[in-house]
Amino acid sequence: MADVISKSHCENLEMANETQIRPFTMNFGPQHPAAHGVLRLVLEMEGEIVERADPHIGLLHRGTEKLIEHKTYTQALPYFDRLDYVAPMNQEHAFALAVEKLLRISVPKRGQYVRVLFCEIGRILNHILNITTFALDVGAITPALWGFEEREKGMEFYERVCGARLHANYFRPGGVSQDLPEGLLEDIEQWCKDLPAFLKDLDNLLTANRVFKQRTVDVGVVSREEALDWGFSGPMLRGSGIAWDLRKSQPYDSYEEFDFDVPVGKTGDCYARYLIRMEEMNQSISIMEQAIEKLRKTDGPVMVNDYKVAPPPRGEMKSSMEALIHHFKLFTEGYHVPAGEAYVPVEAPKGEFGVYLVADGTNRPYRCHIRAPGFAHLQAFDYMSKGHQLADAVAIIGSLDIVFGEIDR
Amino acid sequence: MQNLFRSFLLTEIVKGFLLTLKYIFFMPKVTINYPYEKGPISPRFRGEHALRRYPNGEERCIACKLCEAICPALAITIEAEPREDGSRRTSRYDIDMTKCIYCGLCQEACPVDAIVEGPNFEFATETREELFYNKEKLLDNGDRWEAQIAANIAADAPYR
Repeated sequence: MADVISKSHCENLEMANETQIRPFTMNFGPQHPAAHGVLRLVLEMEGEIVERADPHIGLLHRGTEKLIEHKTYTQALPYFDRLDYVAPMNQEHAFALAVEKLLRISVPKRGQYVRVLFCEIGRILNHILNITTFALDVGAITPALWGFEEREKGMEFYERVCGARLHANYFRPGGVSQDLPEGLLEDIEQWCKDLPAFLKDLDNLLTANRVFKQRTVDVGVVSREEALDWGFSGPMLRGSGIAWDLRKSQPYDSYEEFDFDVPVGKTGDCYARYLIRMEEMNQSISIMEQAIEKLRKTDGPVMVNDYKVAPPPRGEMKSSMEALIHHFKLFTEGYHVPAGEAYVPVEAPKGEFGVYLVADGTNRPYRCHIRAPGFAHLQAFDYMSKGHQLADAVAIIGSLDIVFGEIDR
Repeated sequence: MQNLFRSFLLTEIVKGFLLTLKYIFFMPKVTINYPYEKGPISPRFRGEHALRRYPNGEERCIACKLCEAICPALAITIEAEPREDGSRRTSRYDIDMTKCIYCGLCQEACPVDAIVEGPNFEFATETREELFYNKEKLLDNGDRWEAQIAANIAADAPYR
């Protein structure tokens, strides 16, 4: 008995002299620049290989959904800018459409085209930011430097139309808050002409680049079935070879009048998602050009002509007693939305962004659930990064296109 | 064969570098020297708040409290009482600029164009307390920026 113990004791001593590599846990973020916001990842590593990734979210939680229950419909709108702050108007769009559905009103044609135009600007803003920072994560600095210049131009259009570069508060239930100022259409048209040259330069820098390809091709592959099972949408789903675009499958705001293609990837890896975002920007430019053409031909209001929902013009408010009463009513009590529920998804740049509203007939939503695409994409991160190296996990985060404003809400 | 050629000659890398050189030497510079040069802002810009006066010096605000009611962030606090001459004015008009989300709903709500979000965006302070604006500060802002605010409102009037 005594020998047995001493023998195993000796073995233990021998083992202790050797360096043991066992799965160790590593904390990635929340202050890591490649985490794209306040993502905290707890990674279980076997050497350089990720065995399990556990995203910890909630560091940017602001309780938006609960706050909205205590705001009137008008007041709730600015909160949507703050979800995915990279493309703010696309979020407002979902909320505005949901309220319109409950109110059973339809937006005048010109208002719809303005919305389409700015949604597509938002898509370009988002994809430029995503592609360039994605390239930054895998080692290319130049695209980010150039991309922010183009992005700034797009945000200048936001600023000219609504007064703020990011937190727009522009799309309202019933239309948009103000018509386009003079000269803006011409400038956007010029931007549409200039942008392809920039996209070509970006393409020259990245698409064929061997370093970029080595870091992205066959990294984070998601098959068709898995993409559907994980609830992917947007470029993530299209990257896996499923032609699904809400603008085509259930057009809202006269998207059915626009002619555009939906790019679909074949491989389902990070590189396919990058290619899709590049092509989507070209399609967005084409949609914007069509929208400008249509806006030139379409005159008329950009907001419904119903003073129970939309505030009257200022000139009328100052001269007509009835309009003034409507104005006071709208800015204190707001409008009452008939009881009911509605789920309205839009094709936000990141995927399906949906708003589920339950109205109880008062001036505030009873419940407002927000379906953020980034949340569904992040939950597949463990599946996508398993077996990859740590550096590939960074590339996968970049291609997921996550923004924490919408994930944590 | 073509692929082999490409991979040995680093064509795409060389192309990338040439593009970068083109941007360095042959493209106009796009950066601005910020504190001395500023980008343009539109008449609709929503910056620091100001309370305006009529040309005769009378303050516009009539304490209807619409801005207080619409403010989604509950940043505005107003108290009102009749002035000595009997007209209804605010005795207190506070905006907590740390709460404000610059949504512009207060200026949309104001029936007399009194509260506006002016063109100033350089109002950073060293202490938090300095951002709790009171009526005096807001009127002072209005006096300082009146020319530009009035021009902006006039420029944007056809669209409101």
